[in-house]
Amino acid sequence: MKFLRNTLDKAKHNFEKGGKFEKYYYAFEALETFAFSPNTTTSAKGVQIRDAIDLKRLMMTVIIAMTPCLIFGIFNVGHQHFLAIGQEAGMMDKFWIGVIQVLPIIIVSYGVGLGIEFVFSTLRRHPVNEGYLVTGMLIPLVMPPDIPLWQVAVATAFAVIIGKEAFGGTGMNVMNVALTARAFLYFAYPTQISGEVWTYLPEGVQTVAGYSGATPLAIAAQSVTDGTNVVSQLNSFGTGWADGLYSFTNLFTGIMPGSIGETSTLMCLIGAFILWATGAGSWKIMVSVFAGAWAMGLLLNGLAVNPYMEMPAHYHLVIGGLAFGAVFMATDPVTAAQTETGKWVYGFMIGLFTVLIRVFNPAYPEGIMLAILLMNVFAPLIDYFVVSANKTRRLKRATV
Amino acid sequence: MGKFIRLKKGFDINLAGKAALKLSNTEQPETFVIKPDDFHGIYMPKVLVKEGDSVKAGSPLFHDKKNEKIVFTAPVSGEVVEVKRGEKRKLLEIKILADKTIESLPFTKYSVSELANLNREKIQEQLLTSGVWINLIQRPYGIVANPEETPKSIFVSAFDSHPLAPDYSFIYKGQENYFQAGIDALKKLSGGPVHVNVHSEREISPVFAQVKNAELNKFSGPHPSGCAGVQIHHIDPINKGDVVWTINPAGVIQIGKLFLNGAVDASKIVAVAGSEVSDPQYYKTYTGASVKKFLANNLKNDHVRVISGNVLTGTSIGKEGHMGFFDQMITVIPEGDHHEFLGWITPTTQKVSFQRSWGLFSFLTRSKEAVIDSNMHGEPRAFVQSGVFEQVVPMDILPTHLLKAIIAEDYDDMEALGIYEVIEEDLALCEFVDVSKHNVQSIVREGIDLLANA
Repeated sequence: MKFLRNTLDKAKHNFEKGGKFEKYYYAFEALETFAFSPNTTTSAKGVQIRDAIDLKRLMMTVIIAMTPCLIFGIFNVGHQHFLAIGQEAGMMDKFWIGVIQVLPIIIVSYGVGLGIEFVFSTLRRHPVNEGYLVTGMLIPLVMPPDIPLWQVAVATAFAVIIGKEAFGGTGMNVMNVALTARAFLYFAYPTQISGEVWTYLPEGVQTVAGYSGATPLAIAAQSVTDGTNVVSQLNSFGTGWADGLYSFTNLFTGIMPGSIGETSTLMCLIGAFILWATGAGSWKIMVSVFAGAWAMGLLLNGLAVNPYMEMPAHYHLVIGGLAFGAVFMATDPVTAAQTETGKWVYGFMIGLFTVLIRVFNPAYPEGIMLAILLMNVFAPLIDYFVVSANKTRRLKRATV
Repeated sequence: MGKFIRLKKGFDINLAGKAALKLSNTEQPETFVIKPDDFHGIYMPKVLVKEGDSVKAGSPLFHDKKNEKIVFTAPVSGEVVEVKRGEKRKLLEIKILADKTIESLPFTKYSVSELANLNREKIQEQLLTSGVWINLIQRPYGIVANPEETPKSIFVSAFDSHPLAPDYSFIYKGQENYFQAGIDALKKLSGGPVHVNVHSEREISPVFAQVKNAELNKFSGPHPSGCAGVQIHHIDPINKGDVVWTINPAGVIQIGKLFLNGAVDASKIVAVAGSEVSDPQYYKTYTGASVKKFLANNLKNDHVRVISGNVLTGTSIGKEGHMGFFDQMITVIPEGDHHEFLGWITPTTQKVSFQRSWGLFSFLTRSKEAVIDSNMHGEPRAFVQSGVFEQVVPMDILPTHLLKAIIAEDYDDMEALGIYEVIEEDLALCEFVDVSKHNVQSIVREGIDLLANA
């Protein structure tokens, strides 16, 4: 370690003001502070001691909370692959297929995103923000396993440049960066991100007899036109090649086709527990998203005129990306509501809109992405009302 | 009857090196200073003494050019040895080499019953000419109280909730009569009640418990329950146009002594505490004392930070510095200017954190006394709304929004979001817990200065 420290100390003056590579100071700083936490001390006036937390640790905590989803997702990619081609395979084989498919997506996401971050930090002379550590992991987890790597790269670049840097960098963006990437793919390449992409199937591979790549959301949407019961459709799906693929247990544990990290409600709940226990994510938002979705589901049950509306409300909590969105996307501190009261409203509305969009919008089966992006835009308005209420309380007090 | 206010939000930092309840008999420090920077709202100090002048306790050293009535006087008798100025001849400090026995200028002496019949003008005049007046701080803004104004109430916080804070029942022991006389005098200055606030779970000194002529309120909960701003917010909140004064018990006692003894007596008992002090204990001295003698042969190692005041609101003054006017303690902690390999992720129970992020296990050992150095533990970053500010401010104030309004210099918003109710110390915990390492207290002061000079 001493050697590394000495090397850094020797190199440092080149990057400081007046040095040869002055321009690249923030790039150097980002790398240096990753190896060693800085030796700066508190100023002479003000607090003399500081809390041990820093942004790197906070962001790392979120990444740790995502690892159950990631590991399960890697396994599930392989598992679904072998299910679809009708082959028996061992645990290690499934993981291996998953790693081969997922790792390149992660590398591309981090490579492209961090590359852009470093370029912008050098051009605009601001520190490299740790926020991308989380975004860079979120993007792969919301991608279909079969996605071409160039699309990952383009989506990441779009999200970071247009979604974030155009607004002034980390902390200034209005919309969640990872969801911006996903939305970009959806609107730019609609044919490639729907249909048969949710299971990894290399070209030329024969699928098992009776195979279908339909997702629970698609099945539920289809049942509106067919007039069939959603739950029985889900239960009978996969018969012959993957019995009970969409049983409620499977939907909850996430052993089904879908985005890499989104399928498992169980893993998301483990992540939610980590975020809650470490205080890294707002439990108020997570709880209220689920509450909003469930409440809307119940309301639709009551007013049901088609099979999708009749689908039991708790199914809404386990199909699609609701859990993942609630736990990891909606809680993004930059784009969520910032007041404590506002967080309840914000989360509840996301849950509500998710179900609304799912049930009533035939064009796009997955509601959570659009619901979160929509509420990202409305979050400042929610805060505005909460802050105004605080101001009014203060004014009222004066007249008493 | 006083009120009972239960506070939940906040954080007690359990630091190592608490001062033992004993008084050292080390000899008095040689020099004492008074620094204009310890006070806010002084327009321009006009120095009234030269180097070499001899002064008594209560002799004027300088006054404010804008308000000449507000006089800053010597805490001890002796010789003015230095009038230290900085850039643009800004007055930094006036240093006095103290006599062996401290003498005060004579002021009018009153008995308790005479004091009861004294009118507001007489009290005010004696406080101003003796320089004892400057103990009174005005809210909003945290500036030296303006004698032209009548506050709607006066607040005395009778406990200190800061880390390692001195034990008030020890340092004010036996001062009942002076404290009561001080309260009686303050009652005449206040347009409303005088509030004396104690902590319900701590030993309440008879000095405060038996106080008459004032409201005795009880608070419970962690720091910042002892900050006057928090107490005012819950008992008699400041709205636009309101004026409230605050004063610490040491100031009240000094007022009492001024009237009962007819003398300026700036003596006080201070705590010398912190993990790097070999023998943390109390010392009897005067306002503005040099810390040199307290620390001689009393430090565990050489690489330390000496703080006048506590670790949240104090000032680093060095091993030969002088204490600030209002400070009642010296804290010595290790200097933290070292790199740490992978320090941002290594799991530890040693580093204290209000938060429970990955690897920060100090929340499991909260009852253990911790050694904390002056390291920043991270780099400055953009604001992240992680919701922690809100957990350490026990007031109906939105700290993040207030801070952002200040940074944006939005006067209307600052006012509406409650800037009149806070000074630096009330939000000091935000600065401690901040993930993005902002200097919250200096931001608060910038905002206050903007409004005060508007």
